[in-house]
Amino acid sequence: MITTSQPDSGGHFGPYGGRFVPEVLMNPLEELEQAYYAARRDPTFQAELADLLKDYAGRPTPLYYAKRLSQTLGGAKIYIKREDLLHTGAHKINNALGQILLARRMGKKRIIAETGAGQHGVATATVCALFGMECVIYMGEEDMRRQRLNVFRMRLLGATVTGVTSGSRTLKDAISEAMRDWVTNVGDTHYLLGSALGSHPYPLMVRDFHSCMGAEAREQILAKEGRLPDQVIACVGGGSNAIGIFHAFVPDTAVKLVGVEAGGRSLAPGEHAARFAGGSPGVLQGCFSYVLQNGDGQISLTHSVSAGLDYAMIGPEHAFLADQGRAEYVPCSDADALEAAQTLARTEGLIPALESAHGVAEALRRAPAAKGEIFIVNLSGRGDKDIDIYRENLKELDEPESN
Amino acid sequence: MNPSRISQLFARCRAENQPALIAYITAGDPSLERTVSLVEAMELGGADLIELGVPFSDPIADGPVIMRATERALAHGASLAGVLEVARKIRERSQIPILLFSYLNPLLRYGFDRLAQDAAAAGIDGILMTDASVEEAGKFVPVVRAAGLDTVFLAAPTSPMERLKQVAAYSSGFVYLVSRTGVTGVRDQLAGSAAELVERMRTVTDLPLAVGFGIAKAADAAAVAKIADGVVVGSAFVRIIEESAGSLEMESRLEAFTRELKAGARAGRA
Repeated sequence: MITTSQPDSGGHFGPYGGRFVPEVLMNPLEELEQAYYAARRDPTFQAELADLLKDYAGRPTPLYYAKRLSQTLGGAKIYIKREDLLHTGAHKINNALGQILLARRMGKKRIIAETGAGQHGVATATVCALFGMECVIYMGEEDMRRQRLNVFRMRLLGATVTGVTSGSRTLKDAISEAMRDWVTNVGDTHYLLGSALGSHPYPLMVRDFHSCMGAEAREQILAKEGRLPDQVIACVGGGSNAIGIFHAFVPDTAVKLVGVEAGGRSLAPGEHAARFAGGSPGVLQGCFSYVLQNGDGQISLTHSVSAGLDYAMIGPEHAFLADQGRAEYVPCSDADALEAAQTLARTEGLIPALESAHGVAEALRRAPAAKGEIFIVNLSGRGDKDIDIYRENLKELDEPESN
Repeated sequence: MNPSRISQLFARCRAENQPALIAYITAGDPSLERTVSLVEAMELGGADLIELGVPFSDPIADGPVIMRATERALAHGASLAGVLEVARKIRERSQIPILLFSYLNPLLRYGFDRLAQDAAAAGIDGILMTDASVEEAGKFVPVVRAAGLDTVFLAAPTSPMERLKQVAAYSSGFVYLVSRTGVTGVRDQLAGSAAELVERMRTVTDLPLAVGFGIAKAADAAAVAKIADGVVVGSAFVRIIEESAGSLEMESRLEAFTRELKAGARAGRA
């Protein structure tokens, strides 16, 4: 099995990835790549990033043994990687800090970003406040409605949130709008892309900035259990939290890597965002990977209860890992994710982000039959931002007389 | 192989010291049938080459005008197969060069071998891929050329010399120079970056050079005609189609506007 995790010079993981953008953006992407490779080798850059991750964001995050949950299920020992404890409430801050340092190094004055659930938008607004840079966040109007709290947080942090009204008004449309801004203002603007998606070097760079999750988890489990886990489970939208926790384990071929996609309402077209259940390789927003599309090559609409997983394409390194058989990808329905969130809340006192709840659900499904195994589940974010959606979907808990 | 319709056009224009007027239209807006008569109107008004735009759900390089046209076309069921049919109908009555203008994904989905054959059979003369760099699209060039079609690539003000050389090497028929950074759409003023890009491109290729993005009126066309072989107009045409939605005057308005632009472009050479 070949599982090289370094892309070729054109940014390809196997056949996936690459650079599919208008010519205007080609040289800016080349400059970004050169700047990133230089920063990656620069101990000063790495030291500054490590300090910020530690003292500002709160790394390392704990690897927590979910004892009650594990005992309730009666099978695998489940460990939870607590990215929900990071500053801003999700893993997204790892990448935002890395890219803002890079943007400053490149002399950029203005930062733009897309956001789905709002966690990347909040992380970007946060680092822009920290470094005193202008910040514009593009967000689909549907996502602004369902993640209102995060819209307010971004504005409180001084960012401009621009609603996007094209297409399905979700993450995909926000990325297109951010790319249109970048193509226009490329001279002074850095596009702080929030997932392991888009054109090279983004999938590589975003993965690198998040690989601290897997590196820590690997050390932590060895310290606690004296051995590697049997399975590492994470939700996958574009795939940044999953690739970040998988990366350190890729060479450990005995460790199963499990990505959980949004199974939505059903696996009928338009009802989900499970790219490996109905998608095929294609080009979207700068990248070649698995994408949900129709027979004419038009990109399909997607649905997920979780805004962060509601996207038509999966990151190219995931497509590569899937083809190689190194990672497997399974869908989880809206209903199962909501159910898993309640279970985690009631057994462990942890309210997960709806995205992360998809990963938790898969762990709950697998654990009973996995006695003797060790699981690590990436709890990529906390659920505060999703309280309105939980309330809408769990009406029985929201009655005045309920207790 | 005989010179392509595109090469013949630019040869004739050079011989007559006239600029070529290149007109973009989103195929299928407002309907595929109507696109045929709209192209005829542009030809009557003096368009020399038609860029036939294939609608795509996620047009990252386009501004609001062409985005809306794309949405209308897709809502009415436009597909690549339908656009090829439009080309075939245009070719039944006209010898105007046709360049298929598309994002990559619909072409990939259709399959490049099949596309090259079907496009040539429909009377299409060349293909331009908006979001495909020479690095990524280079592998498709031989199959497109083998079917007798030209491959036109974009050059941008942000492209360093090394990239311009690559773009020229992969292009045939002409090279499309993007006048400025940004998405498609009308601008008040033509960017100064266009002239500099033309100058740099001239040092690496003898291919005809066409300049587009933001050209909306006769004066812009005149300015571009002074420096380039071809003048590309897109959003300004599409906007007329949008503004005269449902009207029988769509064709006559388009023809009149084309005539204005053509006169402007010619004045640039006078």
